[in-house]
Amino acid sequence: MLPDIKVFSLLSIGRHPQSGRARRAEQDARAVELGLSLVGRDLHLVHAGSAQNDDSVLRQYAGMGLPSLTVLEQQENVDALPSLANFLHEHEAGVVLTGVRAESGESSGMLPYLLAEKLGWPIVSRIADIVDIKEGVADVLLALPRGQRRAVQVALPFIATVDNAASAPRQTAYGPGLRAKIEVISNESTVDDSVLNWQVTPAKPRPKRMKVVKAKTAADRFKAATAKPAGGGGKVLKEGTPAEKAQAIFDLLLEEKVIR
Amino acid sequence: MTDSFSQIMRRDPRAEWIARNRLHPLHDSVVSANSGEVRGPSGLIRKNPHAIGFIGPNGIKRIDRAARNGSISGALNNQKRSSGAAQEVVLPLHQVIDPSAYIVVVPDMTGGRLTAHDKDIIGLAHELIAEEGSQASTAVVVVCFGESKETQFDLAGVDRLLHLSDVDYDGFAPEERLSALLKVEETYQPRHWLFPDSIAGGTDLASRLAARLGERPATQAWQVSTTQTVCRGASSSTDITRETPRILMVLEECGNAIDETRHEVLPLDLDMTKDAQGPSLLIDNGLMAVDPNAVPLAEAEFILSAGNGIHNWEQFHQCAAALGATEGASRVAVDDGFMPRARQVGASGTWVTARVYLAVGISGAIQHMQGIGQCDKIVAINTDAGCDMVKRADLAVIADSEEVLQELIKLTNERNGISADDVLQKEENHVA
Repeated sequence: MLPDIKVFSLLSIGRHPQSGRARRAEQDARAVELGLSLVGRDLHLVHAGSAQNDDSVLRQYAGMGLPSLTVLEQQENVDALPSLANFLHEHEAGVVLTGVRAESGESSGMLPYLLAEKLGWPIVSRIADIVDIKEGVADVLLALPRGQRRAVQVALPFIATVDNAASAPRQTAYGPGLRAKIEVISNESTVDDSVLNWQVTPAKPRPKRMKVVKAKTAADRFKAATAKPAGGGGKVLKEGTPAEKAQAIFDLLLEEKVIR
Repeated sequence: MTDSFSQIMRRDPRAEWIARNRLHPLHDSVVSANSGEVRGPSGLIRKNPHAIGFIGPNGIKRIDRAARNGSISGALNNQKRSSGAAQEVVLPLHQVIDPSAYIVVVPDMTGGRLTAHDKDIIGLAHELIAEEGSQASTAVVVVCFGESKETQFDLAGVDRLLHLSDVDYDGFAPEERLSALLKVEETYQPRHWLFPDSIAGGTDLASRLAARLGERPATQAWQVSTTQTVCRGASSSTDITRETPRILMVLEECGNAIDETRHEVLPLDLDMTKDAQGPSLLIDNGLMAVDPNAVPLAEAEFILSAGNGIHNWEQFHQCAAALGATEGASRVAVDDGFMPRARQVGASGTWVTARVYLAVGISGAIQHMQGIGQCDKIVAINTDAGCDMVKRADLAVIADSEEVLQELIKLTNERNGISADDVLQKEENHVA
């Protein structure tokens, strides 16, 4: 528990992958869970959007054990960046947690980067955990591909996007969610007009790449169709002691940097 | 007198007889003696269309265009083929002289090599240039950070290579990489920046660059032309059609990798005089040790896989732990109950994507080979030098697995600074 640091979690409206209904976003919920494990009920939840339309989803976040949340009131086509940046700056946030990509809208994942740029804070993307925060420096675990983790130190205040590798979010409780206080802050807004020229259509399935065999003769085509997956040109070690052979393998493993 | 004699055609009945008898030991030399250059009355070289092919065992002439047979024409073709294979096909060189514009690709280079995703994006860059039409004056620049093991930049379509091998860029260094990219932007003002939209770092770097330059990038783009880009939005449930921006993060299989041309790979230089920067706000403390068996088998980086050739299972587990490898198994090992079903690699188990796959005592059934089709490097330890796994492997060791694994454990422990005595002592303590 770190009561002297203000931890904010940014919320977005998720989308259920099958039904398309609004829901608590997967990664944002993980960010809330991480925030709860850091500061407990002192976590601040912030959402930029419409308090009225998004009420039921926001209460799902609050139902994770938080008494209140803040909504920066804005229309749907309005840029969330300025109001969020102002809000975080005013409230002297220490740690800001978000998901990697929103599940609705453009879902570009640019918002945390733009916030970081605007506030001049460092950003770490795809974290799995925040191990410790002391003396203005946080020890963060990054989630890398293939289940690897990297330890990184970040100076406060910072923004972090939370990967799916972070611990799973707790269930939300309906009653406490309903009882949570939603504080609405209205502010001036700038319309994001470059979006107006875009055409948004339901996603088309992407064409699968065909395997094209570029063979000149029928025999080559036949060979390509029937060939076993053979590498060819591999090195075969028959002679030598087991120690030498093991050394050859070990050198290859070192060269590929799979042994640390 | 002598002249008239020399003009008489003289038959050599023995040579004719040998030429008719294809089983004669001198048959090849006799037939090929006549197959020299023949000129017609006008001086043109005449080809004998009947010379190709050979008489098959049933007495019918056969023409084997794959040229795998040992007869004369086959032998000649075989010579040609072997020399051709040794020379390798030299693809036409694509040159960009004095480029006036650049398209910069920043590949992930996972493991120091271009990934398939990276190659597709380089191909996409060339497609964009071709679409533009000003092919001669636009070059594809690849910015490569850290150590590179890639040897085929030319075949991947790299016109210019900017290799930043400084130690600063190794590991996790987004701020240093970003400042290098800003230098590139300043120096070359590329027409497009193309990044792989991948979790291996491409998205992160692209987002940082876009935020710093204040440009709106296209993310998760999958159809890119010079004017229009189609991106996935709303967790891949919508397609957004928009104008093509300068910075693009592109999904997999969005372009076709270059495969018909060679490229120059000329080095580019970048003035890397460092600006006075404040202290870095991000400090890399290196990779953490993770439990290799907690990593899902399908995405494990390094797999030690066991098959029928393993007899000492305790030693195998010990070796996997020492090397820090995820354990896999062939179907036989699973069926015999030595490994759980979840560890099975192959068509009916898991299709793995490891960078290094170390197969111990696996001879390589076709179902298993399918499962490891996407692995980069395959190392085999096997007693049978003729098995399929050895043929497929980049490094094959013909030896008894138990001895080699023992040596591998020893080497790893030596490297980690644990002597054999310590291990023994530890085991004793464990037992006690």
